[in-house]
Amino acid sequence: MKLLRELLFPLIAVVAAFIVGGILILIIGDNPIETYRLLFGSALSWPVGIGYTLFYATPLIFTGLAVMVAFRCGLLNIGAEGQLYIAAFATAWVGITFANLSPWLLIPMCFVAAIVGGGVWGAIPGILKARFGSHEVINTIMLNFLAVALVSYFIQYHYKAPGDPIMQSVPIGWGAHVARLGKFVPGLPQFIPLNLAFILALVCAGLVYIFLWRTKWGYELRSTGTNPSAAEYGGISVRKQIIIAMTISGSLAGMVGINEVLGHRYRYYDGFSDNYGFTGIAVALLGRNHPVGVIISALLFAILQRGGIPVDAFTTHVTKDIVQVLQGTIILFVAAEAFFRGPFAQWGLLKRSKV
Amino acid sequence: MIELRNITKRFGDVIANDQINIKVEPGTIHAIVGENGAGKSTAMRIAYGFYKADEGEILVEGQAREIATPHDAIALGIGMVHQHFMLVDTMTVAENIVLGAEPGNAVALDLAAASVEIRKLSEEFKLAVNPNAVIEHLSVGQQQRVELLKALYRHARLLILDEPTAVLTPQEVEEFFAILRRMREQGKTVVIITHKLAEVLAISDEVTVMRDGKVVGRVQTSETNAAELARMMVGREVLLRVEKPEANPGSAELSVQNLSIVSKGAKRVDDVSFEVRKGEILGIAGVEGNGQTELIEALAGLISPSQLSGKILFEDRDITKEGARLRRELGIAHIPEDRHRRGLLLEFDLAENAILGVHYRKPIVSYAGVLLDSMAIRQRANDIIQGFDVRPANPDLPARSLSGGNQQKLIIGREFKVEPKLLLVSQPTRGVDIGAIEFIHRKLVSLRDAGCAVLLVSAELEEVTSLSDRLLIIHEGRIAGEVDPKVATIEEIGLLMTRGH
Repeated sequence: MKLLRELLFPLIAVVAAFIVGGILILIIGDNPIETYRLLFGSALSWPVGIGYTLFYATPLIFTGLAVMVAFRCGLLNIGAEGQLYIAAFATAWVGITFANLSPWLLIPMCFVAAIVGGGVWGAIPGILKARFGSHEVINTIMLNFLAVALVSYFIQYHYKAPGDPIMQSVPIGWGAHVARLGKFVPGLPQFIPLNLAFILALVCAGLVYIFLWRTKWGYELRSTGTNPSAAEYGGISVRKQIIIAMTISGSLAGMVGINEVLGHRYRYYDGFSDNYGFTGIAVALLGRNHPVGVIISALLFAILQRGGIPVDAFTTHVTKDIVQVLQGTIILFVAAEAFFRGPFAQWGLLKRSKV
Repeated sequence: MIELRNITKRFGDVIANDQINIKVEPGTIHAIVGENGAGKSTAMRIAYGFYKADEGEILVEGQAREIATPHDAIALGIGMVHQHFMLVDTMTVAENIVLGAEPGNAVALDLAAASVEIRKLSEEFKLAVNPNAVIEHLSVGQQQRVELLKALYRHARLLILDEPTAVLTPQEVEEFFAILRRMREQGKTVVIITHKLAEVLAISDEVTVMRDGKVVGRVQTSETNAAELARMMVGREVLLRVEKPEANPGSAELSVQNLSIVSKGAKRVDDVSFEVRKGEILGIAGVEGNGQTELIEALAGLISPSQLSGKILFEDRDITKEGARLRRELGIAHIPEDRHRRGLLLEFDLAENAILGVHYRKPIVSYAGVLLDSMAIRQRANDIIQGFDVRPANPDLPARSLSGGNQQKLIIGREFKVEPKLLLVSQPTRGVDIGAIEFIHRKLVSLRDAGCAVLLVSAELEEVTSLSDRLLIIHEGRIAGEVDPKVATIEEIGLLMTRGH
């Protein structure tokens, strides 16, 4: 019953967004049902559609988890974007610098680089907040700019192949490549960049769940998020929790680099992130800051992203911008939850338990 | 003046008001008493148009009226002052009072005229409120008078006051009652919701008693007494005085030496020294805001050592610089004064709340010293729930859904469960039902008799004097004196509380 209630609201938000989007498509002059059929049909077609959809979902699961861990500690991490850039660069740097090492050594090193890179970039605003009380929202936003500029600088002046007109690093060593799932799944072509990082994302979701709800550390982190004064009273160091939460959050965001660098392009490509860090906020919000919810909403956002491409190609008027409209509308509806509690409350669906 | 007839109000399956009848005579002060959750606030919110009754009717001055919104209530001359004030802190008294009924035309706000009117009202009822003062600079008592003015400015003839004395010091309560009496003289009608029996007897003309959503009696104040009212409220005989055997104190458990605390730029506690011995309850009486909060928080390890000077010794060990976790491990438990801010994780369920402070220790943590053992957690939660009669007895409910008294019992149970050597208790029965108060008092005495040292801070003079074995009086952060609570009079203690040495 509790689970149903948790699911109901995001579901209403999504359905409402599709209705609004449908009306818009109608006004533009296309058939909404046909458009949605195209969108979902292509995104969920086997193997190419599903392969790409899961590939798109991978970074969103990581960033969604990143935002939710911070949120559970009462922090808003707007900096997943910067954290994943630093991490992707760090992992690429290891992959380039130690290119000749054996995969048994290089892969773990590259993983650690991504996790530590993101973690350090996430820890900075955590430490600033714990030490000086400066607000993590401001600091994470600022660190996004810093990260992007810093990484661009290194690529442009130090790690680009000489003469390459594209802003990208030289390739990483073979030993750092993460296998594509096509290798293991019959029927899934290997040109689809869906790789083991997707499995890693699912494992991380499970680990995040166990960490938050089954360990003493998670208890301390969530206590701090829900009531820092009471946490302090219970002998929990609020400052420590803030730093821990931001570090874990940054590490999770950083694992996007594994998917991107080690599993997809095999090099660092400047500006690769399609706002994964920011979409992660929406993913966490729609997923109700729960790992299962994060996976489901990451998949939904990935479907929209993948399905937007044929919509662009095969409808008369609608462009793939409809995806942005849908995403935006979903976020609006989710954010308007308080408003919805009013009219829907009388059906007894969303009523807060009152004793 | 107002009459509720056969009013019934349900929230889901819960019947908050069951066929209740309340009649308030004009020009009187009418008290509505009952335990938390008895339905008194619900009834008054129906009268003020916050809730709509499922059945029954409301008569105002003899005529049946539809009160669908607070707006309707105001139009009928009904005003309400809530327990939590609804004032804008950064605005002036006059601006707050006119808010929602701004004088002047569509463009210009005529505050000058309003100020004159407010001043007139303030003088009429001797409220001593300056219309130009900014709310955040006013004391809680003054803010409450602004709330009164807000209602009077809207021509309220009936004032409904929800737990008005909960936030006031004893002195402010006296002043406040004087104001209420003046209002009655001027022909206003007052309804006061409370559960403090002494105040009911002091101020009201008539009392309506509620229990479990029903009206169980209506009596003239002059013809009743505290014991009778308590019996009606709880439904059984209630012991209002604590009966306790003589204390048998042992050696000093806690020793505070020349402790001073600086907080928010001021010295809150100034050179305080005392000892709490095993097997005794040391009470600290004082008007709220005289350093008690800071003192207890400092002893619990919740104030940064950099703000402290002096020494705190626990079993001869200097713990001045130790944090809250180590102090808990040494055997210091703490029942905080503000259970919502400090004591509970309101969004968490009872089981999760039951382990706060021991969440990282065995047996709560098993498997490699990291994973929480959900069986052990439930076990502990159920022990506390049963041992301290927490209702509803369901460890999966969020703490938020419990009544104040049950939340308090949960906290007390949790802190008792660690078998502390020293218990710091602040306002243990604030906002708690009479029945639960009796229970909490008995538990505190039994803990003392088991050899625990108890340091008790309470704003309820009656409570500290009857529970304590020794009593210190604190005034402006200093110990103003020590008295023997068995022989000291309220006047004697009150004098020390207000004047210091």
